[in-house]
Amino acid sequence: MSDNIIEAKALSKTFGSFTAVTDLSFSIQQGDVYGFLGQNGAGKSTTIRMLLGLIYPDAGEVYIKGQLFNNQSRHLLQHIGAIIERPDMYLYLSGWDNLKMFARLSGKPIKDPRLHEVLEIVGLKGREQDKVKAYSQGMKQRLGIAIALVHNPDLLILDEPTNGLDPQGIAEMRLLIQSLSRDHGKTILISSHLLYEIEQIATRMIILHRGRKVVEGAVRQLLDPAETLMQVDILPDESIGVKLNSSEWNKHIHEISAAKLVFKMHPSQMPALNNWLVAQGAQVLQIRSSHSLEAYFLSLTNEADVKAGTV
Amino acid sequence: MLRLELYKIFKKPRTYISFGIVTAFALVIQLALVADGKNFIAFAMQGVSAQFDIGGNVLNGYLVTYIILQSLLLQIPLLIALVAGDVLAGEANMGTLRLLLTKPVSRSKIVLVKFTAAVCYALLLLLWLAVIALGLSILFFGTGDLVNMKSDAFVVLLKDDIMWRYIAAFMFAALAMTTVAALALLLSAFADNSIGPIMGTMGIIVVLMIFSTLDLPIFDVVKQYLFTTHMVGWKGFFDDPVPYDAIRFSAIVLVVYTILFVGATVFYFRKKDIKS
Repeated sequence: MSDNIIEAKALSKTFGSFTAVTDLSFSIQQGDVYGFLGQNGAGKSTTIRMLLGLIYPDAGEVYIKGQLFNNQSRHLLQHIGAIIERPDMYLYLSGWDNLKMFARLSGKPIKDPRLHEVLEIVGLKGREQDKVKAYSQGMKQRLGIAIALVHNPDLLILDEPTNGLDPQGIAEMRLLIQSLSRDHGKTILISSHLLYEIEQIATRMIILHRGRKVVEGAVRQLLDPAETLMQVDILPDESIGVKLNSSEWNKHIHEISAAKLVFKMHPSQMPALNNWLVAQGAQVLQIRSSHSLEAYFLSLTNEADVKAGTV
Repeated sequence: MLRLELYKIFKKPRTYISFGIVTAFALVIQLALVADGKNFIAFAMQGVSAQFDIGGNVLNGYLVTYIILQSLLLQIPLLIALVAGDVLAGEANMGTLRLLLTKPVSRSKIVLVKFTAAVCYALLLLLWLAVIALGLSILFFGTGDLVNMKSDAFVVLLKDDIMWRYIAAFMFAALAMTTVAALALLLSAFADNSIGPIMGTMGIIVVLMIFSTLDLPIFDVVKQYLFTTHMVGWKGFFDDPVPYDAIRFSAIVLVVYTILFVGATVFYFRKKDIKS
């Protein structure tokens, strides 16, 4: 039997003349933290809504735990907990009332101790009797995760869970998601347009661009550290380029100008390169790694645009 | 699930606006009639007092209740629409609809439960109206024979023959308000905020009521099938004899409209893409 918790087969969706998703297939397996990456408008939310039966695909199918998901098999949703875009809840009710209400709709009998348990997991214990309208955005996100988690689903779908959070909230949310995967064994689909977030959290990922899959695979394989772009800023020196071209480092050169040297290499090679540059008289101002996933993402999406003839 | 829906409705402050309005409206009429009721009765009966000698407590609780009910003909549907128009569109606006629809509950069931909750609210509002209008009016004005003054006649109903008519009238009004709730629910399914369905429901009712009351031959065929024509069927219980055939026909028309509105809502909502 397949380990797939959810599987999308050839999903397509068009709204009027706008094609949101085209022929999209992927699968999420037990234990994955599956990153769903793409710019705004790439089709992430539309796809997630199709997985949850909020939007009906024009073509294609969704399978949840191997069974075809449609209007007649909505009971399969008990295997999934989700937050879609914003954690919108009944603001005039308390956190506890919201949690209890959605727990009752989850298709499983859930008792109060489980509600306390999930409140503990998401760090809302002690604030559950406050009205949700008094919650900060971060607290609403946490309550959203508690609601998604309360019936102990096999798969958590978190659509842009860091949207609207401050940097501390983003870091806390990341830790919470990592803990849900590591300590509670949850399979997670997390969508984001923030590349760094996905890189930090996901084990597998898919990149969408203009509604199409650009690439899918294990994050470690897709983000080979030997392909990291390292940028060295120096005081302008035309001779350094010449020396580099005739050195053993030339195979790593990605881009060179008088003041900026960019290498594609493993970060562990950087100290040796720095020593060599200093020995050649270069006055190094700073060294930084271009974000690996960002570079990868941009190269893939640019490539896709070129192929599609949109640039 | 119905309990959850009712819990949501009655936790919302907006819900109690309707109860407040009904109370205020009934009280204003009652206090006005306490202060100036005799002049009102003299004015209302000036056409018949020359031919008939009508004695006893004419300005009694039954008459005041009848006046209140006639005055609230348009307001009560508006108050029903205020909640029924919000049950789907309000959730879409708040964003809770998409969370609700990620739960393993069929969309048809969600619509039917929300409709039932809206009907429960309508029934409670009518019950409240009955308590406030009938209860307080009897308390303020006592009981007596009901003189039902119509445009072309007046009907006198004996004091002991009235209470059952009010019970029947409120039951008929409940059916009419169920139709209004069904219409508001249908419009609510199409919208992503509640203002549209609430205003839409009122607009439709006002326009159709104008058609229903216009005495133009061109509308005669159409208006007997408009639900607004039959919403006032409760008045039949205050005729003598009671026109049971007409009331039955009105009830059937209202039931058919209710089924059509709810059926259309289920059909549309099952296919709707939730993009909000």
